[in-house]
Amino acid sequence: MSETRPDPKHGLALGGTVAGEPLLTLEDVHVSYGNIRAVRGISMEVRQGEIVTLIGANGAGKTTTLRAISRLIPIAQGRMSYRGRDLTRYPAHQVVGLGICHVPEGRGVFANLTVRENLMLATYSRRGKGDINQDLERVYSTFPRLAERRNQYAGTLSGGEQQMLAVGRALMTGGDLMLLDEPSMGLAPILVEEIFRILVEINRQGTTLLLVEQNARMALQIAHRAYVLETGAIRVSGPARELLDDPRVREAYLGA
Amino acid sequence: MEFWLQQTLNALQLGSIYALIALGYTMVYGILRLINFAHGDIFMVGAFVGLAGALWLGLPMVPTLLFTMACTALLGVTIERLAYKPLRNAPRVSAVITALGIGIFLEHFVLGTVGAEPRAFPALIAGGRFDLPGGLTVNSVQILIIGVSVVLMLGLDWFIRGTLTGMAMRAISWDRSVVPLMGINVDRIISLTFAIGSALAAAGGVLFGQAYPIIDPYMGILIGWKAFIAAVVGGIGNIRGAMLGGYILGMTEIYVAAVLPSTYRDFVAFTLLLLLLVFRPTGILGRVQAQKV
Repeated sequence: MSETRPDPKHGLALGGTVAGEPLLTLEDVHVSYGNIRAVRGISMEVRQGEIVTLIGANGAGKTTTLRAISRLIPIAQGRMSYRGRDLTRYPAHQVVGLGICHVPEGRGVFANLTVRENLMLATYSRRGKGDINQDLERVYSTFPRLAERRNQYAGTLSGGEQQMLAVGRALMTGGDLMLLDEPSMGLAPILVEEIFRILVEINRQGTTLLLVEQNARMALQIAHRAYVLETGAIRVSGPARELLDDPRVREAYLGA
Repeated sequence: MEFWLQQTLNALQLGSIYALIALGYTMVYGILRLINFAHGDIFMVGAFVGLAGALWLGLPMVPTLLFTMACTALLGVTIERLAYKPLRNAPRVSAVITALGIGIFLEHFVLGTVGAEPRAFPALIAGGRFDLPGGLTVNSVQILIIGVSVVLMLGLDWFIRGTLTGMAMRAISWDRSVVPLMGINVDRIISLTFAIGSALAAAGGVLFGQAYPIIDPYMGILIGWKAFIAAVVGGIGNIRGAMLGGYILGMTEIYVAAVLPSTYRDFVAFTLLLLLLVFRPTGILGRVQAQKV
């Protein structure tokens, strides 16, 4: 049982300090939907090898931030760069090629495609970046249940399996930075633990994670650093372990 | 029995043409939820492009077919880029009205440039009748139409099921918003869908010209409506459904005309098809898809 639980000390591995090179940098990013200012001047950074979590209440702007990074929605002002490249110069379908993969809110698997087709579709714009079959085998060994169900339509999978498929699909893009939007949403606690254990494993194998979560306790337990978002702006940030003990965070997001 | 088998051959010939046109309706509906009412007129333009290829350029059968499919594919993509793409996020009724307008434009463009009088489409293959077992005879045009249609449809079916681009089309039909995250340019896939749908309708136009060798600028209206109904009967959005619907419509029309005066043909055929939709509103192979917000 203890094996399936995310390692609470994982955050110590990097000591909550500077990891590798900066991968993703956001500077004073604003996003508006019509007259609604959903994100109001966010600055943040994700470094190579980290798990960074973005926590906050419903409507705080977490999903909007991820969608802006993936270029699914335009930003009103500010700068976003990935490995030094200006992200705003790329349309959404080219962001994947830069190395950013996105597990969207609600999983977004294609129910009318089989598990294998969902995974293969994510390699659409991959050219010569590693061995696709090897990655497929890696996804199947990370998620044995997907291997068992490879020829089933994704619509026949359970919620937990669909979340695994969404993560597996992101891995198949060959990206280095994975954006995850509420992977725990709607899942039983035991499945949430399993997903988080796998996320830690994926991170150990070299993928950097930017994790958006309402389940703040779980997210802070596996993350190295965290940003707390409130009504479109960052209120608190720091090493995840310190935020777990921060009275402001405990009161507002950890229910203690 | 022999009589009915002979009628079945005729039905397969007519149904093939309906099926080729129905595929364009169903593919575009599948990815854009747009009923492309200009599609019947694309079929008509295809027939005229084929006429130009055969008559002016003197092309033989297969080059005429390929030339027509390529030109009409280009027309379909141009229409999509100029007329439908700017309306991608507009209310759906705007796109439907635009499609109706494009259809009228195409009819009258051909009317103005080619003229209103019906044109004879030259025969591009040698005539001939072949005896089949059981006293049936099949002519070379029937072999051509059924053969070309089946090859095109098998090719399409393989493309949709077996290639990444075909998977992308199916993915877009489920949830377009997530598709860019797979590194897929949605606009390019939509254009390709219009290209394929238009090329298939164009092939239908050339084949139609071989079977019913009189073409005119308004020929796409009734045939287009019928092919649309075939797509709905098969289950709109479903590729195999469009093929099936085309053949069902062909059979219904031919069998009705075989036993009743031919003036009853469309009346009885469409009564039957509408009844089918009363009992199976999503069409034969259609599924009720969860509405996405």
